[in-house]
Amino acid sequence: MAIFEKRRLWLAVLAALALAFPLLVTNGYYLHMMTISFIWMIAVYGLNLFAGYTGYLSLAHAGFFAIGAYTLGILTVKAGVPFWLAFVSACLLTTLIGALVGLVALRTKEHFFAIYTLCVGYIIYLVIDKWDGLTGGVRGFIGIPAPADIGPLSFQTPVAQYYLLLFFLAAVVFIMYRLVYSLTGRTYIAIRNSEELALTLGISTMKNKLASFVLSVFFTSLAGALYASFIRFLGPDIAYVSVMFDFLTYLLVGGIGTLAGPVVGTLLVTFLSQQLQFLQDYRMLIFGPVLTLLIIFYPHGIAGGFIRFKAKREEARRLKLEANRTVAELAASRQGRSERHVKEG
Amino acid sequence: MELFIQQLLNGLTVGSVYSLVALGLTLVYGILHIPNFAHGALYMMGGYVTLTAMTKLGLPYGLAIIVSMAAVGLLGVLMERLVFYPLRDAPPLHDKIAAIGILLFLEAFAQFVWGADYQTMPTPYGDVVNIFGFTLTIQRILIIASAVVIMVLLYIFLKKTFIGASIIAMAQNREGANLVGINTNKVAMLTFLLSGSLAALAASLASPINLVFPGMGHLVILKAFVIIILGGMGSIPGAIVGGYILGFSESLGATYVSNDYKDIIAFVILVIILTVKPNGLFAKEGR
Repeated sequence: MAIFEKRRLWLAVLAALALAFPLLVTNGYYLHMMTISFIWMIAVYGLNLFAGYTGYLSLAHAGFFAIGAYTLGILTVKAGVPFWLAFVSACLLTTLIGALVGLVALRTKEHFFAIYTLCVGYIIYLVIDKWDGLTGGVRGFIGIPAPADIGPLSFQTPVAQYYLLLFFLAAVVFIMYRLVYSLTGRTYIAIRNSEELALTLGISTMKNKLASFVLSVFFTSLAGALYASFIRFLGPDIAYVSVMFDFLTYLLVGGIGTLAGPVVGTLLVTFLSQQLQFLQDYRMLIFGPVLTLLIIFYPHGIAGGFIRFKAKREEARRLKLEANRTVAELAASRQGRSERHVKEG
Repeated sequence: MELFIQQLLNGLTVGSVYSLVALGLTLVYGILHIPNFAHGALYMMGGYVTLTAMTKLGLPYGLAIIVSMAAVGLLGVLMERLVFYPLRDAPPLHDKIAAIGILLFLEAFAQFVWGADYQTMPTPYGDVVNIFGFTLTIQRILIIASAVVIMVLLYIFLKKTFIGASIIAMAQNREGANLVGINTNKVAMLTFLLSGSLAALAASLASPINLVFPGMGHLVILKAFVIIILGGMGSIPGAIVGGYILGFSESLGATYVSNDYKDIIAFVILVIILTVKPNGLFAKEGR
């Protein structure tokens, strides 16, 4: 119970910090960076659900991110659909495409799945790049409106947009939290740990994998749609492998298969990228090896490493307690025996 | 009809390059059971090393190719030692992510050293010849001929020599190979050496026709994956046949369907194959 309370306290502190951030930091640039990293976090949560908890590496998520973003752009600019209606339809349409892809892709396993999704991602990229009439091709897509007002709430200022994205991020984190600690989440983890065993236990692996994939695509498309309305310019690059790689870096640095991982990893890596900005196009010279070294020597990431460290300490404390108890019991029984000796003597 | 045969010849050229790349990929998959996403980066490095050896060191084309094959082969060995060997017991997810890390590193490296520009590779075999009324550059004939020679040599090496047989033995059963006294570490290094050299050769042969640039490996590697799924992961004849099938379908598709979307053909083929047969064509049952 005490641990639970402590976790609550931490959450409250974090939430307060996030809420107070625009007041504490008046620098517009940092506010912008923070807002962007919220978008990445949502996308990384999507990836985390499927790669971290269900154990399948999908390399098509950058593509779904782009579909979400482009659908919002096309619906608002070309079709003149009201913003929030377009927003919801962009997410739903991408999720539908994701469901269709998943239905087929999930018949494959492990490497085949990774290669299959890699190819799906590349098809998405090529279509966006070549379909000039719809997506603007390499010239990009401009003029996407900022989020429309909801009643008295206006999202025209950077601070308002910050809070809007914070709201979406909080919602995603909350859903993930409820999901991971539910039977459904446990089922996903069971599939990750051993698909055969899960199948033997009577879990419909296909149904669960599909549900996890669809939900993960939904989060990613949500991030994509938010990206479109926040950056308001789209290029085919957002469907490219390097975006996928960024997602993976955030996830791995933070800790794959942990709830805190996407937040920790995204914040840390975007902050470091800011420091390394002078490298520009060459930042992969540093991030490529970092990711490779990380996966070799520290595959659990920061949050994962912390959880392991805590679990180990708890285990050590439990063992010590147990040892103490055994010693005490031994001493007590010996004392009891010697007392008996005294009585008999 | 003339156009058709011309396209067949084109397909033969493109298919030769694809086959060489896919051969390296399938060898590595056979041994280590990892899809080496960094293979495309090896291909790209091969192109650049040959180009540099020719322009900076002034080596003739043939010698430059050999230098490049050696350099990229060693790069492959280095990759195996530094990355894939430490990860041999890790979950399969880790290999894939590490490979993507290497891929992006090598691309950034190439861009850093050689710049992002598209560069052309000069070739001494740019002349056009007429054979039975069809025009071909000598470079294309060179590609087709050397690919066939290399494939035959590789086949003889794998089937007739002891070292080659040890590669096949390890692909069939790693523990078993270890038990009969095969040094699996050495075989894995040798496989990466072969794989890197094949990629470098393919890149050096194809570059005079295409161009040299940091992203030149992307499409090729993706297509090589399509090929080895088409031909069966780890199968050597499958990689060769698959490479030519893809080469032909692309050059015919570019002529008769759409030139803009010719690169998608490979992926559509793959999506269809995996939709119908989730473990690839010619998958061994019960694995």
